[in-house]
This record gives sequence, structure tokens and C-alpha cells, in this order.
Amino acid sequence: MLETSTPSPSATEVLDAPGAPVIVFDRVQLAFDEKVVLQDISFTLIKGHTKIILGASGSGKSTILKIVTGLLRADGGVVWVNGARVDKLSERDLMAVRGDLGMIFQEGALFDSLTVRENVGYKLYEESDMPIDDVDRRVEEVLGFIGLAEHIDKMPSELSGGQRRRVAIARAMAFKPKIMLYDEATTGLDPITATTVDDEIIKLRDLENVSSIVVTHQLRDAFYVAQHMAVRGADGRVEVVPASPDKEREAEFIMLKDGLICFEGDADALRTSTDPYLRTFLS
Amino acid sequence: MFRLIQNALKHAAQETQEYVKLTVAAIRAIFSPPLYRHDIVEQFDAIGVGSLTVVLLTGFFTGAALALQSGLTLDQFGARPVVGRLVSASMVKELGPVLTGLMLTGRIGSGIAAELGSMVVTDQINALRALGTDPVRKLVVPRVLAGFFMAPVLTVVADFVGVFGGWLVARFQLQVASSLYWSSTTQALYIQDVWMGLIKPFVLGFVIVTIACYVGLRTRGGTQGVGRATTIAVVAGSVAVIAVDFFVTQVLVSLLY
Ligand SMILES: Nc1ncnc2c1ncn2[C@@H]1O[C@H](COP(=O)(O)OP(=O)(O)O)[C@@H](O)[C@H]1O
Ligand SMILES: [Mg+2]
Repeated sequence: MLETSTPSPSATEVLDAPGAPVIVFDRVQLAFDEKVVLQDISFTLIKGHTKIILGASGSGKSTILKIVTGLLRADGGVVWVNGARVDKLSERDLMAVRGDLGMIFQEGALFDSLTVRENVGYKLYEESDMPIDDVDRRVEEVLGFIGLAEHIDKMPSELSGGQRRRVAIARAMAFKPKIMLYDEATTGLDPITATTVDDEIIKLRDLENVSSIVVTHQLRDAFYVAQHMAVRGADGRVEVVPASPDKEREAEFIMLKDGLICFEGDADALRTSTDPYLRTFLS
Repeated sequence: MFRLIQNALKHAAQETQEYVKLTVAAIRAIFSPPLYRHDIVEQFDAIGVGSLTVVLLTGFFTGAALALQSGLTLDQFGARPVVGRLVSASMVKELGPVLTGLMLTGRIGSGIAAELGSMVVTDQINALRALGTDPVRKLVVPRVLAGFFMAPVLTVVADFVGVFGGWLVARFQLQVASSLYWSSTTQALYIQDVWMGLIKPFVLGFVIVTIACYVGLRTRGGTQGVGRATTIAVVAGSVAVIAVDFFVTQVLVSLLY
């Protein structure tokens, strides 16, 4: 049997085409000791689209993202990320796959012994051959994009919760990954700050063609991300405006319950669903 | 009852296996790129220079107390002038390495377990992996190298200040002539003793740091877990220092003497 860690040339071609599946979960299962967290999870993320994962806390949302990045290994099922079988790769081969994945951890997970600059540029400083000057410029550019340029030399402990969350996004996007995974990036933030974070998610998706998985249990943010899009005006300014119906359909919701997907569909379908569990979640 | 013992043994075997795995991974990582030089320098500073004060203090007072005690005993045989022999032999062969090991366990073993433990529970270790860094190379290797090379240096420092502390007591309290004290300190030291005193701390430094790293990296259960990991690192590290010291002494005695 032939096993390679990188996709074949034809697979690369398929993955470059619009509408290509960048993440595929097929009947994924995972249990911690006796406790079954994921029972049978299947979904596909299409390139440039958004998957919004909803679910009560403890339903396995973070676990799904950790399986995507290979931080956790599924007990069963198949996981494809960018044409690689993440469920089978060794830690060494996973590093290549992770080069295209930007993960925002639930609590930010910033390195608290490093400054904002070192955090944001971590991968470029430590794990790439990019010249230091170029890295510095990239870090400044990313922090400007996220609106934190003046905090570049602070330590994470000196920042507010919302700022830390945005630094975490900056760190994940600094090396220009094609897929972003947001684990409750807006939880615990006030509505105004949450909206600025949501805007970053939308801008990355629509301006950089990043595919995203957005994990949240805040419906407000879920609907906001699904129903807005970013456009660059004639004067080069970026605006976040209500999404066109086509664009809106590119965001799909998944609802987790008891280790299974109990709902899958777009914003309209979610709003009009009559499922009693969904109704209690929505109200 | 039998079940309980069986489970405990199985658990212990598993832990040992995991510990050995980490140790092997760390050793292999030392000899293959990438090596995080900046972190290595930082750890040499934190572990070596940072531990100097406590090692100086413990070494000094141990040597002084040793001189006092042996002065009393030696008086019974009218052998007070050889107090230097006892101080230097005990410091170099046994007390220097063991006490330095214990102080390092308290100071850096706990620090490493707490630092790595909180990195585990705040997902920083996962973040490292997600950003393409192997935590063993980035975190474990620099600490192991620093522990391995700095423990002997600190032990030598402890030996010297210990003998110096002994001299202060011998000279000013026991009224032993300085020249007599210093000549007797070197007289009793054979080259084997020096080897013994130098080889031991390499092993102890390695053991202290690898245990602390292992305990830190397997932390579970939030902030409480970090507290628990710190305690375990110190307790297991201290017991290991004493036990490993015994076994290394045993081996070295049969090899060197
Ligand atoms: N490393 C682990 N060991 C044991 N149980 C875990 C671990 N990680 C997560 N769990 C359990 O898995 C379940 C799902 O966790 P998680 O994916 O973090 O949920 P969510 O992100 O949806 O709140 C929880 O019940 C949690 O206790
Ligand atoms: Mg979670």
C-alpha cells in the first residue's frame, strides 16, 4: 500500500479549484476513557466557506478543532485536511499540515513570557527562514490590520481580554494560513468588542479567501458572521456590509448534541427550525 | 486488595514508561536540529546563575556545621587538627552533590513543573504544537541541558564555600591554625573522591530536570492541577536525588576504588 503524507499533484489541483473540500470529517469518533465526546461526526468545509459550530459547553466543539489540527487523535473515522489524512500522520508530518492552519484557542493561549510582537511573529521568527526585517514588517502589518499597533511591545498580561483575543487572531494569521479555526473567539467579550472580533473573522474570510471554522455558543456572533460580508470600496477602504443571499449560503451551521450533529444548514434553516432542542438553544 | 496493588503497579509501570519515553525523546532531540539556542542560553542563566545564592548559603552553613560537629567528636580523640579532612571529604563526596541536588529540586524542579504545568492547562503547549514547534525541543531540551551542566558547576561552588565555612569555624572557634586546616583538607582527598563528587551531580541534575519536565507536561485539571504537579515534582525529585545518589555511589565505588 502506498502511503504519502503530501497530496498528489492531481489532488493539489483539485484542492486549488473553487468549491474544493478543505476539511472533511467522516464518521469521526472520540472518547476520553469511558466518556464518549464525539460519537459520529461528519461534515465538509468548502474552500472559502464558513462552518459555524454551535453547541452547549462540553459538547465537544474544542475537541473537533483539536482533531483538525492533529493535537488530538480521533479513535475512529477519517479526517482530511488540505488533502492530508490528519488522523494517520505522525507528529512530524503534521507540522506541514499545520503550516496552513491558524488556530485561535479558547482562552487565547498567548505565550505569557513573550511580548505581543514575539507572540504574533512566533512562527515566522522561530520556525521559518524569513529574514528578521521582513518578519518585523509582517508583524507590524498584521497588528495594524487588527488595530493593535501601539501595543506591540507590551506583555500579554498588560492587555484587556478583547485585546488578547485579537492578538491571538493576529498570531494565527501572521503566517497567512488558508484555514482559520476560531474557538469561542468572542466568548466573554462585550458586544462592541465582540463585533470588532467578528469583523476580523469576516474580513479574513472575504478579503484573503480564508476558509474558516467558527466555534461559538453565542448566537448573536454566529448570525453576525454568517450574515455579513466584507467588501473593498473604490477608495480602498474595507467595509463590512450585510451579506448577499449567495454569500449567506456559504456559511453553514452545525449544532452538536450528545456527540452527534443534530442540525446542519444555513442561517434561514436554523431560524425556522422546529426542533425543540434547537428552539431552547435559540431562545 | 490484590486488585488494588495490581492497579497501582500497573499505573507505576505506565508512568515509568512515559517518563522514559520523554527522556529518550529529549536525548534524541539534543542531537538533531532544530536546537533553540536562545532558550538554552536563557535556561543556563535561570538554572545556573539563578540558583547560585541558595547554593552558596546552604554550602556555607553545611560546611560550618560540619566543622563544629566533627570538632566535638574529634576532641574525644585529641584529633582536632584533622577537622579539615572530615569537612572536605564529606562535602566533596556526599553532602555537596546531595544538598545541591535537593536545593535544585526545591528551586528549579518546582519552577519547571509550575511553568510547564500552567502552559499545559492554558493550552500554550498545544499552541506551540499548532505553530509547528515541538515542545520537547523548545522547552525540555534547554532545561535538561542546563540542569545537566549547571548542577556540577553549582556543586563545585557548594564544595568550596562549604570548606571555606568549615575553615571559619575551625580557625576562629576551634582555634585550629589555618595552614593546618588547609593542608588537611587536601591531604584526605583522593582523586577518586573528586571523580565521585563530580560525576554524581551530572546524573542528579539530569534526573531532577527530567522528572520536573515530565510531571509538568502531564499536568491535568486546571490551576489545582498545577499546584499538585509542583508538589509532586518536589517530592518525587527529592526522593529521587537521595535514591539515585545511593545507587550512583554504589556503582562508582565498585568502578573507581
Ligand atoms: N484532555 C481531556 N481529557 C479528558 N476529558 C476531556 C479532555 N478534553 C476535553 N475533555 C472532555 O470532553 C468534553 C468536550 O470538551 P470540549 O471539546 O472542550 O467541549 P466544548 O469546547 O464544546 O465546551 C468535555 O466533557 C470535557 O470534559
Ligand atoms: Mg471549548
